[in-house]
Amino acid sequence: MTAVRAILFVPDVLFLLGVGPLLMSVIAKTKAWFGGRVGPPWLQPYFDLQKLIQKNAIYSKTTTWIFRAGPIVSLAALLTAATLIPVLSNESLLGFPGDVILLAYLLALSRMFTVLAAMDTGSSFEGMGASREVTFGALSEPALFLAFVVMAVATKSLQLSEMIGPKLLPEWQIAGPAMILVVGALLAVLLTEACRVPVDDPATHLELTMIHEVMVLDHSGPELAYITYGAALKFTLLGFILVHAAIPHPGGINVLGPLLRAVEIGGLAVLVGIIESVMARFRLNRVPMLLAGATVLSAIAVVLVLMRRAA
Amino acid sequence: MLQSAIDSILILVVLLNLAMLATSRMAACIRTFALQSLLLALLPIAVGIRHETTPGAHLYVIAAGAVGLKVFLIPWILLRVLRTGEIHREVEPFIGFTSSVMLGAVIIIASFAFAKRMPLPTEAPTDLVVPVSIATLFNGLLMLVSRVKAITQVLGYLVVENGIFIFGLLLLEQTPVLVELGILLDLFVAVFIMGIVIYHIRREFDHMDTHLLGEPREV
Repeated sequence: MTAVRAILFVPDVLFLLGVGPLLMSVIAKTKAWFGGRVGPPWLQPYFDLQKLIQKNAIYSKTTTWIFRAGPIVSLAALLTAATLIPVLSNESLLGFPGDVILLAYLLALSRMFTVLAAMDTGSSFEGMGASREVTFGALSEPALFLAFVVMAVATKSLQLSEMIGPKLLPEWQIAGPAMILVVGALLAVLLTEACRVPVDDPATHLELTMIHEVMVLDHSGPELAYITYGAALKFTLLGFILVHAAIPHPGGINVLGPLLRAVEIGGLAVLVGIIESVMARFRLNRVPMLLAGATVLSAIAVVLVLMRRAA
Repeated sequence: MLQSAIDSILILVVLLNLAMLATSRMAACIRTFALQSLLLALLPIAVGIRHETTPGAHLYVIAAGAVGLKVFLIPWILLRVLRTGEIHREVEPFIGFTSSVMLGAVIIIASFAFAKRMPLPTEAPTDLVVPVSIATLFNGLLMLVSRVKAITQVLGYLVVENGIFIFGLLLLEQTPVLVELGILLDLFVAVFIMGIVIYHIRREFDHMDTHLLGEPREV
């Protein structure tokens, strides 16, 4: 039984593992299109990863084992989180009731090890990036959790795949406005966690303004590949949560469903590319405002959903 | 369908309250208020259509009056005061922007809790009307007390009036059009006078920080 189930998940797993760098490429192409350029080749992120894997890693003498463990633990945590998220179908590989909490803290664990590795180098720039990352991470967590609360109340479930599954479909009719607020909050969380504009600019070359990029300055070779791949994977994971919540598909076996999901995640990448093209990044002291706004949106959505439940 | 349109408008109104608390530019703040008023002006018509009665002429009169005054005339006066009074364009709150928004959110949640316990004389068009009305009222009050400049205080007063306008939806069928128009006229006169007063404060004192008005001095 479990073997059959595992085989059914093969396309999902392969898609999730493989699509991340391609989504980064979609974002880059969208930005290039806005700038009137052609942009890098579609497969460039894969070539970059291949190149980095073949190189040697170089370690600074001041670093300890934490620096080496950072990228590995971080990627491992993200891969574990990947098993809890529904990808193309409406089910997740290893979902269980209550897995949303595990998911949120796996993401936090991944972040914590990136931060620890950055602090381990003793570089003042990296410490600065680490401090920003932790600040924004702490602010985006309440928004994420309150969004989960809305969906948990709506579907009466604590399993992520059910919370953003077919049971969410009627909720869009009962409490549509609340769901729109949740989607807005999730988008803000996605942009923050995946270090995209308007929170962080992944293409910047100035250490003073970086958040995520500055923390990984000292990593090289395969470990940098893990980090780059991990960033793409994190975007994919949160992206799938967002599209599942925004466009719940009806349950049952559906041939078109997986195809639609693939299109939707691509559409999300295009949307992020458009946001990056038309917006400047916020001043650092305005970012908490964005996240506070996202938290407030989620909080109002919670109130609305609870009110409709009671009525 | 119309039900969810009304709900969406009301929620947008609440979000615009928060946007007004969050913006640091005075002109943007005034435009946000104009947008909020425009959304509110649509409400009487939407509610009227939903009641299956052909929306009576007085609903259109109220909507048109609200649009003319609160979307065009009052924002125009305020923007003009902003320009001619050579007022610095920033809002200058007593309470920081992020904490204002947080406070606003607390007010919104509290008003949802409060609205549940409130007995109503008539049935509300949707269950969002009363909480949104109270939330707008108190967010306006928050703006009124937490901003330094006189012009933002006028804006806070106008937001309070918007909250009362939403509450008026409950009595839409019963209120004669004259009462509504009378309120709008009062509002217009009030803003007109306040516009002049603000201009004079600026002329006399070279600033319009209201908290300095408490210290009398020889000119």
